[in-house]
Amino acid sequence: MGERGRGPDGNMWDLLQYGDQGYGDELVRGALYTLILAAASAVVGVAIGLGLALAKLSQSRGTRLLAFGFTAIFRGVPELLIMLVVYFGVGIAITRIVALLGYASRVEVDKFAAAAFALGLVFGAFASEVFRGAFLAVPKGQIEAGLACGMRRTQVFLRIRMPQMWRFALPGLGNLWMILLKDTSLAAIITYDELTREARIAAENSGEAFLLYGAAGVIYLVFTALSTGAIGRLERRADKGVRRA
Amino acid sequence: MIEVIDTYGMRLLAGLWTTVELVAIATVLGAALALPIALARVARNPLLRWPASAYVFVFRGTPLLIQLFIIYYGSGQITAIQDTSWWPHVREYWGWICGIVGLTLNTAAYTAEIVRGGILGVPHGEVEAARACGMTTPVTYRRIILPRAFRIAWPAYGNEIVLLIKSSVLVSTITVLDLMGQARTVFSRNLDLNSYVVAGVMYFAMIYAFDRGWRAIEARINRHLGERTDARTKRVFESGPA
Repeated sequence: MGERGRGPDGNMWDLLQYGDQGYGDELVRGALYTLILAAASAVVGVAIGLGLALAKLSQSRGTRLLAFGFTAIFRGVPELLIMLVVYFGVGIAITRIVALLGYASRVEVDKFAAAAFALGLVFGAFASEVFRGAFLAVPKGQIEAGLACGMRRTQVFLRIRMPQMWRFALPGLGNLWMILLKDTSLAAIITYDELTREARIAAENSGEAFLLYGAAGVIYLVFTALSTGAIGRLERRADKGVRRA
Repeated sequence: MIEVIDTYGMRLLAGLWTTVELVAIATVLGAALALPIALARVARNPLLRWPASAYVFVFRGTPLLIQLFIIYYGSGQITAIQDTSWWPHVREYWGWICGIVGLTLNTAAYTAEIVRGGILGVPHGEVEAARACGMTTPVTYRRIILPRAFRIAWPAYGNEIVLLIKSSVLVSTITVLDLMGQARTVFSRNLDLNSYVVAGVMYFAMIYAFDRGWRAIEARINRHLGERTDARTKRVFESGPA
């Protein structure tokens, strides 16, 4: 690998080149990891959010209380703190368990898994409120109609509530996705090689902070702009069958 | 847990104070910046509207962490700053200053959108009534639109301040010893997760107290509305971040 950075007659913009001369390829790879992390966190978050929403709508008071408490904690504590606790905490816990079993080795938690799980927890806590509202937005008459047709509760849930809930949840989930996309940058702090971390390494090596963080910023802007468009299209598609006043 | 509080309690409290200070200053400066941006966003003149829209797009479309890095490391790249006569005096606080600047610029963009939403939420009939009474545009803004927009935007604005408190932890990455910064320092010394747990409880308590206070003020500024509930004043905090 050649020496990177500005040579005596080099141009600052050369730093963005693809290949050995610049950091272009590193930034693109980081951007890809950012997208993968965001997608993985969203999957974890939707699963957690759905579970929590169902718990909040449950008949059991204890389950409801537990779910609301869980949501309150993960919405009222900074995301970075949660990520650090997950990253270091799980590592320490596993190391202790391994030590109990007689092995004296430090266990490293996978950065990607820790980041995706932490971001997923936060996403899930917020999404649970979105899902809860969406479930409640499905007209009650339809549920009664389903029961009157002889469907069981699970059938009503799977055939009537679940498919229609998504339409109401979409705008809220879109918002959360935009927040998540930007929050993936926190993974740089636990040194997962996503876009912000790659930009940071490049900026430190080359001394061109404005240029490299700026380039990363532009990539994030492209992602958020594309997401805004995609979410709008999804919402229009989901509302296709709905008559507007 | 007790050990951590015993040994590092004062450190964490000092950090908590720095966090409160940062958030308070950034909130005030951010609001002052947000109002003109919001007014420019709803202006008819594209020369006002475009720059304001671009500002909001850029600051809402990129992570705060990147913004802080650009401000902090970017300013470190400008040697002219280090050559000034005041540099030795501010050098020690540079991270803090960059933190304030970053948080302010960031929250101003989000707040401007909230204020804009409030302005657009004012019923058109009220604006027409003001016009019919012969009020000029500035008078209409001062007497009718802004006081009304302010009430409409209040709950969403509270959510934004909660998000600001939560995102203020990022200043710990640019050498500021806020609550998060102190907790990270303590953790790096004793590798005891309790420092994070204590900091987490402090953040949670701060946000909870703030939310309570904010809702109390909300009830007070809307008391003339009596029992009537406006659909728009529904808490956004309950349906996810704005």
